[in-house]
Amino acid sequence: MQIYRLSGRRPRKRIGSLGDRQFEVATTALAVGSIAILGAIIVLLLAYAWPAVTRYGLSFLTTTTWDPVFERFGAAHFTYGTLVTSTVALCLAMPVAVGAALFVAEYAPAWLREPVSFTTELLAVIPSIIYGLWGFMVLGPLMRGTIEPLLKGTIGQLPLVGLLFSGPAVGRDIFTGGVILAIMILPTIMATSREVFRAVPDTQREGMLALGATKWEMVRHAVLPYARGGLIGAAGLGLARALGETMAVTMVIGNSSSAITGSLLTPGYTMASAIANQFTEADKPIYFSAIVEVALVLLLVATLVNLLSRLLVWRYVGSVGADVRGG
Amino acid sequence: MTSNTARRSLVAAGPGELRRRAVDRVMTGLVWGAGSTGSAVLLLILGHIAWHGLPALNLAFFTQRPLPYGEPGGGVAPAILGTLTMLAVAAAISIPLGLGTAIYLSEFSHGSFGRIVRFTTDLLGGLPSIVIGVFIWALLVRHVVGRYSGLAGAVALAIIMLPIITRTVEEILKLVPDSLREASLALGVPRWRTILGVVLPTARAGVITGVVLSLARAGGETAPLLLTALGNQFFNLNLFGPTASLPVQIYNYAVAPYDDWHTKAWGSALVLVLVIGCLSLITRLATRRNRS
Repeated sequence: MQIYRLSGRRPRKRIGSLGDRQFEVATTALAVGSIAILGAIIVLLLAYAWPAVTRYGLSFLTTTTWDPVFERFGAAHFTYGTLVTSTVALCLAMPVAVGAALFVAEYAPAWLREPVSFTTELLAVIPSIIYGLWGFMVLGPLMRGTIEPLLKGTIGQLPLVGLLFSGPAVGRDIFTGGVILAIMILPTIMATSREVFRAVPDTQREGMLALGATKWEMVRHAVLPYARGGLIGAAGLGLARALGETMAVTMVIGNSSSAITGSLLTPGYTMASAIANQFTEADKPIYFSAIVEVALVLLLVATLVNLLSRLLVWRYVGSVGADVRGG
Repeated sequence: MTSNTARRSLVAAGPGELRRRAVDRVMTGLVWGAGSTGSAVLLLILGHIAWHGLPALNLAFFTQRPLPYGEPGGGVAPAILGTLTMLAVAAAISIPLGLGTAIYLSEFSHGSFGRIVRFTTDLLGGLPSIVIGVFIWALLVRHVVGRYSGLAGAVALAIIMLPIITRTVEEILKLVPDSLREASLALGVPRWRTILGVVLPTARAGVITGVVLSLARAGGETAPLLLTALGNQFFNLNLFGPTASLPVQIYNYAVAPYDDWHTKAWGSALVLVLVIGCLSLITRLATRRNRS
């Protein structure tokens, strides 16, 4: 400015700076808009659920009566179903996914790594409804006819554990829901674990091998302990996806509020499948409110699990892929 | 002599040594088994879809509307049309929002607000899609618009697409070398024109990848559409009325008790998987090449 004045020329107005300011303001506004959406989701769900929250309080989560006629709503059946299907899914998927990640990161010959990673991750691309269709038409009948009778005949005969596989094999039940979820979260856990294994320094492996360890001993004593936190995070990311999964589970879980017996071979509901099955019937305001509250609980649980797992995985790898949503 | 003993203890295995090797063999086998599980399941599912779905495909399948049970023929044209319309509207909402947010994150943000935006976007991306469905259902279907509508479905899809676009595009914009920005600025080009005229075109392929990825993701979403657009057996271009979509059509056909409808469900599934699979394959190959 000073220089221009001294030379006697008026400073020309810089057009660019005005445009720059406007552009920055515009993009910032869009960014604020993105944040506002999440805020709006939380605030509005809370507002719509409020009548049910105040009317039923904590009993909403602890009682099992879901009776629209008498306006008594307790979602324990749904939370139980979500909890059990997700646990079954984790128990089935975790060993396979970690094994597959080990295969890709440690065992597979170089030419096999990419194809195996790629095809396993393609499982994550297939939409939920396709798993639902396959589960409904193929897996359900298979479970009823072959797998569940087999499990009843073997594990079902054991004391205590046998309780899990008691009762008639119906095919559309909590166990089938867990199996379909296990397939769906396999790629999530596998991809994250693989990145965690890759973050294990080679010196750890070399040190172990130099001591004369076999490959498995190297994995068991050098790789797995180092990766433990990240693996828990990977399981959490899979869990977050399983919790919110809707269509696939809705089509195989049987959707009925039968008594909670502890057996996996009973039809049930998850929170997500209950919403998908009942939203058209919500004729009364309090029924509507109760369904929104189920969604709100689901939001809080899924977000919490998601956050904690991301924190665990972040320590190993820079960031986590954005695509961990359940559908 | 001593070296000989050492050598023998390494080569001739004692009982402990045999056990270690056996364990190693078994675990290697298990790991190979686990490694092949994912691919095997994928092949199994794709095989079933192709096997059951191919007989359903013919010209009428792509051009006619679904007929009531008992009438032969009919197709899923309204569902294909509905999916495309809703995706277009969803893209019109989410692309400006996502691109703008990504530009803000990569070009302007320093410090805590940028971190908050990134964090919120990740949280949004981690929300179960049924929760987004319930949100739009409660807001638009039950209150503002007052009925099931294609518009509500499109808004739900837009919220699902937004975080995917934002994070993919941000990552890509960050890969654009700073020297390009500096060269443009040194020529006296204002910053906003540098971003729109130099940075974005350089990252064009990546931006398109992000958008296609989000479309592939949203195109298969069922639960949020069930709660918002509901579905429709007729052709409908009115965004304020119930609109059909391919995933919801699959659901309705699958849970019905008729064999003919089941075949049509498999056929629709085949179409959906082919389209989404191709889109994801292309984007994955593109990003893979970019990285290496």
